[in-house]
Amino acid sequence: MIAGARLALCALLLVASVTAQSQDIAVRGKMVYPVTGEPIQDGVVLVREGKIAAVGRADRVRIPNGVEVIDAAVVTPGLIDARSVVGLAGYLNQPDDQDQIERSEAIQPELRAIDAYNAREALIGWLRSFGITTVHTGHAPGEVISGQTMIVKTTGDTVADSVIVPLAMIAATLGEGAVVENGNGRKSPGNRSKAVAMLRAELVKARGYAEKKGTENEGGDEEKEPPSRDLRLDALAAVLAGEIPLLITAHRHNDIMTALRVQEEFGFRLVLDGAAEAHQLLDVIKAADVPVLIHAPMARAYGERENMSFTTPAKLAKEQIPFAFQSGFEGYVPKTRVVLFEAAVAVQHGLPFERALAGLTIEAANILGIEDRVGSIEVGKDGDLALYDGDPFEYTSHAVGTIIDGVQVSKLER
Amino acid sequence: MTRTSRALKRVARTAATAVVSAVFAVTLMLTARAETIAFTGARIIPVTATPIESGTLLVRDGKIAAVGASGSVRIPRGARAVDVSGTVIVPGLVDSHSHIGEVAGGDSSAPLAPETRVLDSINIRDAGFKRARAGGITSVNLMAGSGLLMSGQTIYVKLRKGNTIESLAYRTADGRIAGGMKMANGTNSRRDPPFPGTRAKSASLVRQQFVAAQEYRDKIRRADGDADKLPDRNLGLEALVEILDGERVVHHHTHRHDDIVTALRLREEFGYRLVLHHVSEADRVAAEIAAANVPVSLILVDSPGGKLEAMNLNFESPPVLEKAGVDVGFHTDDYITDSRLFLRMGALAVRTGMSREKAIEALTLANARILELDGRIGSLEEDKDADFVVLSGDPFSVYTRVLETWVEGKKVFDLDDPDDRAVAEGAYGALMPYSVAHEFHGYGEGHR
Repeated sequence: MIAGARLALCALLLVASVTAQSQDIAVRGKMVYPVTGEPIQDGVVLVREGKIAAVGRADRVRIPNGVEVIDAAVVTPGLIDARSVVGLAGYLNQPDDQDQIERSEAIQPELRAIDAYNAREALIGWLRSFGITTVHTGHAPGEVISGQTMIVKTTGDTVADSVIVPLAMIAATLGEGAVVENGNGRKSPGNRSKAVAMLRAELVKARGYAEKKGTENEGGDEEKEPPSRDLRLDALAAVLAGEIPLLITAHRHNDIMTALRVQEEFGFRLVLDGAAEAHQLLDVIKAADVPVLIHAPMARAYGERENMSFTTPAKLAKEQIPFAFQSGFEGYVPKTRVVLFEAAVAVQHGLPFERALAGLTIEAANILGIEDRVGSIEVGKDGDLALYDGDPFEYTSHAVGTIIDGVQVSKLER
Repeated sequence: MTRTSRALKRVARTAATAVVSAVFAVTLMLTARAETIAFTGARIIPVTATPIESGTLLVRDGKIAAVGASGSVRIPRGARAVDVSGTVIVPGLVDSHSHIGEVAGGDSSAPLAPETRVLDSINIRDAGFKRARAGGITSVNLMAGSGLLMSGQTIYVKLRKGNTIESLAYRTADGRIAGGMKMANGTNSRRDPPFPGTRAKSASLVRQQFVAAQEYRDKIRRADGDADKLPDRNLGLEALVEILDGERVVHHHTHRHDDIVTALRLREEFGYRLVLHHVSEADRVAAEIAAANVPVSLILVDSPGGKLEAMNLNFESPPVLEKAGVDVGFHTDDYITDSRLFLRMGALAVRTGMSREKAIEALTLANARILELDGRIGSLEEDKDADFVVLSGDPFSVYTRVLETWVEGKKVFDLDDPDDRAVAEGAYGALMPYSVAHEFHGYGEGHR
């Protein structure tokens, strides 16, 4: 079913790309950062038919006649926001444009991000203008399992135009964020233990469902009734089968430990989200070999994040724990953060430049499983580039152009 | 209580305030008396003069004794010389709008609460004060939220170290606690009755209150000291009379272009002194703001929206306002933006096209003017308070860190101190108890 949806969306994408304007472009950069290779002084990136066709020193890459050429001081791969809610959480913040969380039940992994994504949302354009080309977006933290996430390019008029991975992860939450607040009509989960019990019970149920389905597929015992198809359990079965990761938002040290404990019990692929107190558990996280989508450094330091530190990205890097930057969820102003700005604050607090750039590109692509398409300037990858007039992390530099699939989608100076 | 006794009490209270203030002043003079320190070799940005590439800042008794190029400032015998070569010294930052200290004003019982004082709500041990010092902030205007049309009396605070809010409060010449009045229009204060449901009703409620204050003031004037003719004391109207008399500035939360103009219209009618805050759509009415000669306390946040009245927030206002000749300050609106990153606001303004000179002024002297404290703070000039920040480099570079913050010649933040560093960077337990969470989750849900 999931594969079917992907196929259908890919077909739509194909139509979109055929009708798009010419996807050939060349960018000359005083400094080009391929990320997976050494920085290139006076470099050129050539994009043909939406894909990177060549990258190298200006004197070694021939730009074919007729291909539009753009100049920039700094060229990086298009940036990736590794965890967001844009497109679901609208910028007006009115009840009818907030689709990032559904409060009716604590566990709803069947909620698809593709069914709630508004490709024309203003914040997507805002992010695009800063060089962000790919966003992992979807359901927000705030319920034990709030729903699915997806991966989009920051372009297109419809979800079909934008999506590159319709089902990326299932979003779960541990800690205060998963506990119901008074007055929302539900009693559970009222505390941490109950939340985890509910999560485990659902995973146990999904395991039984998957086993039954598995037997049925083998076509063995004909007397057994095949289980009725259950969208909720389908989604969790995909997690248990290792097809998609469970993305667990956990900020406090005890909640991070719980995430690891549940992961060990069920053996799914875990991606840690937020992790404000990761700096207290560096050795444990490293030993568990779990990647981290670190909270925005400028997220507010209160509640579950009261012990957060601007230095966590630098510490994760030092321990060589895989991590990437995210904008996260904001309930007020700013309605979205900008990962470029967030990585800059990590740089200010000790994260090396190259690692910060990797955290916005290839490391994010690796964690999201899209490294074959995006995240670096390499031949064959998507022609997604971000252009700056100086050090991208410097407050006073500007984003001066964004290219997606070989098409310049932003010319703003921002 | 008779009117006579009330009047007498008022006199007595004023006298008591004066005595208390005098005692405070003496105490402060004593505590501020310190050694003479000469900071040498730094790039000094005085704000009121061109930057000095290698300068000396001489500090004595909590005041700036001299500032100038190395060699031009005589370092007195016995002074402690501190070599700060390679650093950049700027005036202590002034934040014209912050919510640190668990500030609260009016509650949800009425849309206007001019009688409430944030003074009576502040938790002096809130970690927000430490965060502010870590960000180089030395003076701050603490205000209640914007969920009311008039949410209470604000307070101007000096971020010296102290155990009581009184010991941090700026005083007016006559010894009163210095502060303004927080007002708001637009959407945050539109709620169920008794709150207004429309913009016109909002303006009407405010006008009615000021009219009442005018009549109250007239009655007091007509009484001419005759206790029998004095009106009953009204705490709210007393505060409003201070506004009408020009003794209390109105700090007005306003976002949309028409709301900004409404704030200007009310000020025109009642003649008070006004500062426009946030002004998300200031770029649309820059000429009107300039013509009214009203200063602006601006905030830049990282994306538009979050609420209807901020949907057109953009990065364009700083240069537009500068070109229009508007006096622009910046504010953190902490917790909206973190006090530790206040310099970033100036840097973002430079990013959008404001001059570096105006951007640094907006973080310092312009805000001092907004708080009417520019005689004391906001620039590095002889006889001003020795409030300054030692930076590792260019104030507007992401690679720069706040190394030290000094207030009245005393170091209140030092990045080399492990506890201070924990606050500056965040660390387990460094910010507990967390500060304004209840304000943030309270009736206003973080109304800025």
